[in-house]
Amino acid sequence: MSIFEYNGSALIAMVGKNCFAIASDRRLGVQLQTIATDFQRIYKIHDKLYIGLSGLATDAQTLYQRLFFRHKLYQLREERDMKPETFANLVSAILYEKRFGPYFCQPVIAGLGDDDKPFICTMDSIGAKELAKDFVVAGTASESLYGACESMYKPDMEPEELFETVSQALLSSMDRDCLSGWGGHVFVITPTEVIERTLKGRMD
Amino acid sequence: MSQAVVDVPPKGGFSFDLCRRNEMLSGKGIQPPSFRKTGTTIVGLIFKDGVILGADTRATEGPIVCDKNCEKIHYMAPNIYCCGAGTAADTEAVTDMVSSQLQLHCYHTGRVSRVVTALTLLKSHLFSYQGYVSAALVLGGVDVTGPHLHTIYPHGSTDTLPFATMGSGSLAAMAVFESKYREGLTREEGIELVCEAICSGIFNDLGSGSNVDVCVITKGHKEYLRNYQMPNPRTYVSSKGYTFAKGLTGFRFLLSHEDGCISISRCSWCLVKRF
Repeated sequence: MSIFEYNGSALIAMVGKNCFAIASDRRLGVQLQTIATDFQRIYKIHDKLYIGLSGLATDAQTLYQRLFFRHKLYQLREERDMKPETFANLVSAILYEKRFGPYFCQPVIAGLGDDDKPFICTMDSIGAKELAKDFVVAGTASESLYGACESMYKPDMEPEELFETVSQALLSSMDRDCLSGWGGHVFVITPTEVIERTLKGRMD
Repeated sequence: MSQAVVDVPPKGGFSFDLCRRNEMLSGKGIQPPSFRKTGTTIVGLIFKDGVILGADTRATEGPIVCDKNCEKIHYMAPNIYCCGAGTAADTEAVTDMVSSQLQLHCYHTGRVSRVVTALTLLKSHLFSYQGYVSAALVLGGVDVTGPHLHTIYPHGSTDTLPFATMGSGSLAAMAVFESKYREGLTREEGIELVCEAICSGIFNDLGSGSNVDVCVITKGHKEYLRNYQMPNPRTYVSSKGYTFAKGLTGFRFLLSHEDGCISISRCSWCLVKRF
């Protein structure tokens, strides 16, 4: 059994028209037993930057704490928020630093950059960045998520349509994965607002 | 890190803090994760006026394609580029690091970087990690001494060649080179041969796929032709796509932040209507 299948997770980020959506499942398990059904996987770094962390939950929480700390230091020194591209480089460097004893985490980073242009990226557990223009996925349900997103994605979707697409892709993929599920948590971020919704899915 | 109260930025290099914990986990039978590889076809050849490098654009995670259009030709210096195969994080990190070192060296000496400098920096780094940094590279560039093409293996050995291939598709590409390469190729002939070799890798090797990237370096000039050929377009695209009506997915409550003020409204909870 792989270390990534210890807790189970499903994460997805998708780009729309001047907006992006990031979504996760809500299950926290210990192998096949469910421990919590309201686990938070997506964290806010600043108003226009979110990071989702899949994989081993303890490493995800530790990594989030380190990253949030580094961002707060950056804010104190630079007196501004970090750009998503810069943050992605920071995460990649922190993960590669542990190349031979890595954090068992796969981050999904999504944010609005200069001119509110959406930016998404994912990495493997040692920081190999993958910048995509359409969608990125991570977690135990990633194989189903790739298939669902590949067929459901359309370029330039408005926030409402983006929400529907992301939710359907996430729910469909979670249905086919034992280790993730118990609902979904979807954030849709536009330049002026952040909409957070909770989905009810199959509770098995 | 375990001793420090504050997480100060480290001095650099690798940190082995989590090794003991990870070994304990694998002792309990938990398999370590697989890393993103670039199971690749990368090639280089020397033509009349310089060097041409080529690469495919598929990145894999086990048997799954995780990136259909990644960049495998990395910038080292204005006159030097490097293609990378192997573990993606290692190739990116090693080429970024040596690129920065080259730039510092350039400022220090006041001269344009030489390809052998990049070669020595790369091979000494890879050798010192005894092959654990799994990066197989094709390094090419043009400097004052002329065009150069080298291959670098993960353990630190190097070869200097007129044409070279690396990666899982290297056999397919080398077959093309061995039959069609000759000295004194023109730019067009060289690009065509490189594309043919990469396409051979794309179609015959399962670890390589998608598009062809080409980089042409000549004296004082370079051209990075991203997605020079795209022999794998998406066919049978449904023109309608999937459209989900608004309100199809039921959700529990709505939290909306608008310019700083937060409003929470509870919608009537309904069973999720599924597509």
